[in-house]
Amino acid sequence: MHAEIFDRFHEAESRLHRLDPRVKVVVTVLFILSNALLPDGAWAAFGLSWLVLLGWNALSRLGVDFTFRRSFVALPFALAAVSAIFSPIGKPLADWSLGPLVLIPTDYGVIKFVSILLRSWISVQAAILLVAVTRFPDMIHAFEHLRVPGVLTTIVAFLYRYLFVLTDEVMRLLRARDSRSAAEPGRRSGRNVVWRACVAGNMAGQLFLRSYERSDRIYNAMLARGYDGHLRTLNPHVLHPSDWAYGAAAIFILILLQLVGRF
Amino acid sequence: MLYSPAPLHIPDGFLNLVISLLFWVITAATVGVAVSKTNKSLGEKQVPLMGIMAAFIFAAQMLNFPVMGGTSGHFLGGVLAAIVLGPWASVLVMTAVIALQGLLFQDGGLLAMGANIFNMGLLTAMIGYGLYRSVLSQSKGIRLAVAGGAAWLAVVAAALMTSLQLWLSGAAQLQIVIPAMLGVHVLIGIGEAIVTVAALAFIEQTRPDLLGQKATAEKGGGGWVVAGVIVSLLAVLLSPLASADPDGLERVAEDMGFLQLGQSAPYQILPDYTIPFLGETALSTIVAGTVGALVLLGLMIVLGNMLKRKSNQS
Repeated sequence: MHAEIFDRFHEAESRLHRLDPRVKVVVTVLFILSNALLPDGAWAAFGLSWLVLLGWNALSRLGVDFTFRRSFVALPFALAAVSAIFSPIGKPLADWSLGPLVLIPTDYGVIKFVSILLRSWISVQAAILLVAVTRFPDMIHAFEHLRVPGVLTTIVAFLYRYLFVLTDEVMRLLRARDSRSAAEPGRRSGRNVVWRACVAGNMAGQLFLRSYERSDRIYNAMLARGYDGHLRTLNPHVLHPSDWAYGAAAIFILILLQLVGRF
Repeated sequence: MLYSPAPLHIPDGFLNLVISLLFWVITAATVGVAVSKTNKSLGEKQVPLMGIMAAFIFAAQMLNFPVMGGTSGHFLGGVLAAIVLGPWASVLVMTAVIALQGLLFQDGGLLAMGANIFNMGLLTAMIGYGLYRSVLSQSKGIRLAVAGGAAWLAVVAAALMTSLQLWLSGAAQLQIVIPAMLGVHVLIGIGEAIVTVAALAFIEQTRPDLLGQKATAEKGGGGWVVAGVIVSLLAVLLSPLASADPDGLERVAEDMGFLQLGQSAPYQILPDYTIPFLGETALSTIVAGTVGALVLLGLMIVLGNMLKRKSNQS
C-alpha cells in the first residue's frame, strides 16, 4: 500500500481540523478567487494575503511554515509566464539580444510576472492547507452538500479508494518489467525509444484489463455488503453556529484584503 | 517519484477571472450533459466502473518510459479513455482525474480547473472519440493509425489551448509561449501516440468484445465525429499559423474583440470596480465587490441546481 504518497491529511487537534468541511472548501475557493481579483502590483494586499495564510497555518497547529515548505509544486509552470515580462505595453527596462531574438523586458511586464507568481504561490498554499486539514471523504461530502452532481462525487470517491489498489498493480507491472530487463551497468536495457514506449503501452493495456476485471469483482463485493449507489459517512456534517462564524470572519477578512488591494 | 505532474495543468494565478469563469461555464455545462447522459443510459454499476477507470488513468500516468538523457515520458491517457469508454464516460473520468490531481496534489488550480478539464478532458474526448468513430468500419491498421494520430493531436491541441488561455489572460506573450509549448508537446505527443496504439492493440487482442464496432458506436452519437473533425481541423490549421505568424493571430483576436475580453479588467458591468452613481469612494468599492460576489454566488447556485436537476432526472 502507498497510503503515505496519496494521503495528504495531517492529523492534529485544531479548530481548523474540526471546522465543517463545507466552510473550508468555500473559504479556500473564495481566497483563491480573491487572489485572482487583486490587481497587478497590489503588493500590500499580496503581503496581507500571505499573512492570512500564515495565520491559518498557525491555527491548524501544523506549524507556521507548513504550507510554505510544500509550496513549490506550481513553480515549474512559472516558466510559461516568463514571457509576460516582455510585454509590449509599458516602459522598456533593458534590451537583450539573443541571436535573432530581441527581448525587451518592460516595467509593466515585470510587475505582471511577479504578480502572477505571487498569486499562484499564495493560492497553491491555500489548497495545500485545505487537504492537510480535511479528510478526503469529508471533502467529498462537502462537495456533495455543495450540489456537485452525485455521479461525479461518487466517481472521485471511487477513484481515491482504488488509487491505492491500482498503484500496487502498477508497482507490480514495473517490478516485472525491471526483472525482465537485465542490463549491464551503465547501459540501458531494451531497444530504442519506440520499443520502450510500446512496452509501456502493453503495460497500460494490461493495467486496463486488470482494472476492468477487478471492478467487476469489487462491485459484486460491494453489493454483497449492501451498497445501494450511495457512499455513507458516520460524520453528520451539521453546520454549527461557530462554523458560520468562522466562515463569516474569513469572508470579512477577504473583503478587507480586496479593499487594501484597491487603495 | 511515483507521481509526476503533467506539464499541462494550469495552476491558479495564471489565468485571469474572465477566462477562468468562461471555461468553468463551458466545462460545467458539458459535464452536466455528461452526467445526465450517464444517468439515463447506464446502470448504477457503471459508476463504480468509471471510478475505477479514473483510478486506472491516474495509475497509468505512473507508467513512465525512459526517453533520453534522464528524462522520461509518461502517459496521459485521455484518448485511450475516450475510445474504450466512450466520450461521455471519458469526460466524467477525466474530470474526476483532473479534479483529484488539482485538489489533492495541487497539480492544476481550483479556479483554473474549468480550463484544465476543457483542455485535457473535453478536447481529448472530441478528438479521440470523434476521429476514431469516423473510421470504425475500416481495417484494424487504419483504426489504430487514426487512434495514434488522434492521441498525438489531442496533446498538441491541449498545449495550443493552454497557450491561448495564458495569452488571453495576459500571462504570456504569444510569440514565445506558442512555439515553446507546441515544440515540447509535439514530441510528448509522439510518446502518447505510441503508448495509446500499443495499449489499444493489446486490449483488442485480449478482449475484442470491449472494442467491437457496435459497442463503440453506441457510446456516442455521430455528432462527436463532426465535433472531432472540426476541432482537429482547427488545431491543425491554427498551430502552424500561431507559431509562424503570432502577430497575425493577435491581430485577428483584436479585431474580433477576444483580446479585450481577456486582457481588460473583468468588471465591464462595474467599471473599475465602482458603482457609477456612488462615485469613487470606499463605499462604492464595497458595494461593487458585494454585488460582484452576489452575482457570482447566484450564478453558482443556478448552475448547481441545474446540474442537480439533471442528475435527478434519471
